[in-house]
Amino acid sequence: MMTTIEIRAVHQRFETFEALKGIDLTLNEKRIGIVGSNGSGKSTFARLLNGLLIPTSGQVLVDGLDTAKSGKAVRRKVGFVFQNPDNQIVFPIVEEDVAFGLKGLKLPAAQRGALVEEVLDRYGLGPFRSHPSHTLSGGQKQLLALAGVLITRPDCVVFDEPTTLLDLRNARRVAKVIAEMEETVIVVTHDLPLLQSFDRVIVFDQGRVIADDEPNSALARYVERMQ
Amino acid sequence: MRSRGEISSFLHELPAAAKLLVLAGAGTGLVLVGSLPVLAGAFLATLLLYWLAGISRRQAFQQLRPLLWLLVLLFIVQGVWQSWELGALVVLRISTLILLAAFVTLTTRTDALIAAVESALTPFRRFGVNPAKVGLAFSLALRFIPVIAQQANDIRDAQRARGLGANPVALALPLIVRTLRMASDVADAIDARSPYSDHSGDEGELPPRFVLQPNTSNARMSCNDAEPQLKT
Ligand SMILES: Nc1ncnc2c1ncn2[C@@H]1O[C@H](COP(=O)(O)OP(=O)(O)O)[C@@H](O)[C@H]1O
Ligand SMILES: [Mg+2]
Repeated sequence: MMTTIEIRAVHQRFETFEALKGIDLTLNEKRIGIVGSNGSGKSTFARLLNGLLIPTSGQVLVDGLDTAKSGKAVRRKVGFVFQNPDNQIVFPIVEEDVAFGLKGLKLPAAQRGALVEEVLDRYGLGPFRSHPSHTLSGGQKQLLALAGVLITRPDCVVFDEPTTLLDLRNARRVAKVIAEMEETVIVVTHDLPLLQSFDRVIVFDQGRVIADDEPNSALARYVERMQ
Repeated sequence: MRSRGEISSFLHELPAAAKLLVLAGAGTGLVLVGSLPVLAGAFLATLLLYWLAGISRRQAFQQLRPLLWLLVLLFIVQGVWQSWELGALVVLRISTLILLAAFVTLTTRTDALIAAVESALTPFRRFGVNPAKVGLAFSLALRFIPVIAQQANDIRDAQRARGLGANPVALALPLIVRTLRMASDVADAIDARSPYSDHSGDEGELPPRFVLQPNTSNARMSCNDAEPQLKT
């Protein structure tokens, strides 16, 4: 199912510092990229999309649900993959970690097991199911983080710099997985080639949107601005 | 690295609650006992447990390695200021405790451990203790001990590269800052990753997107979600 996220007149302040200075956007494409230099407000923006952060003023609506009022319902629709997988893997063993997303659901054990197996196999993590999660490689950890999000069956997944901490080979692998996902994806990244096949790229600079277009024009504008 | 699931022994099969009780008892005993031969015996008995469970010597050593420098430091400090016997006593006591705790986690599934902790805490519900939350905290502790130990190693390596010696305070400060920053990320991740749990341990109705479709194989579920606006 396609998700529509509306961002209406959003400002985000941290004490006196204004990290986002008036954002108005409607996101309903299948693949959206977010770029911008460090400190431009990308992570702040990403965290608004599933209610991890509530805007200081303005509104964020996910399929009509206000993130300030319906946090849980919003997070069922919008999953989030953090930059550092080490901080979002919360169980000591791979399969236990993936199953965490099902916590609170009245599921028969067999079905729970089948769901865990399905996502682990999808990312080649099946052979590692009973391994301690801290012994996986960086790329495997990021895939485990993604598996732990996808098991909740979100309609949309937000990624905050999913490949920044990875070596080139693992970064390629994770980028390929993202490019091939069925779900709607919103990706904050510095990996510009990844965005070539996207539907839309939004450029942030100092808390404002300075370009919002198809990838080629938006990235050209970004590169020009950074010189 | 060998992992749970690939090895199995009668020790793996013991109920988690029994292992936790024995661990708590042994832990208390180790702290109370002050006799070097008894502690040395306890240390050897723990190694025997590892052998019985089929855990490799290498993996047993891996449990102690992150704390090795601390143990050496303790031994020297106690030895110089008190007595070498006391140094040996302290090191044996701590090593045995760590090995025993690691033994329980290596031979028990985390969900079984959590279930044991949760049911042990159920009587305390009336005092405002939420067993599901404590269970989660418990698994987080198990998960992040190796991560924090790794960070301690990284920081120490960086300090050594700059010619700084092993100073516990110089290590502790950056480690605490990093751990706190990590903790706030982890709290966000828990929120983001468990949209169906209120951490009360109670289970709600199954939402449509998880309902099994009658005409498909059991692994394939519907992704349609026609549920109305949910109240939270
Ligand atoms: N919790 C916070 N408290 C104070 N300042 C913050 C907080 N989060 C972000 N900021 C500030 O907001 C600005 C934008 O941060 P961020 O959204 O993380 O940027 P980006 O992800 O583009 O690098 C930065 O200057 C950062 O220091
Ligand atoms: Mg960021």
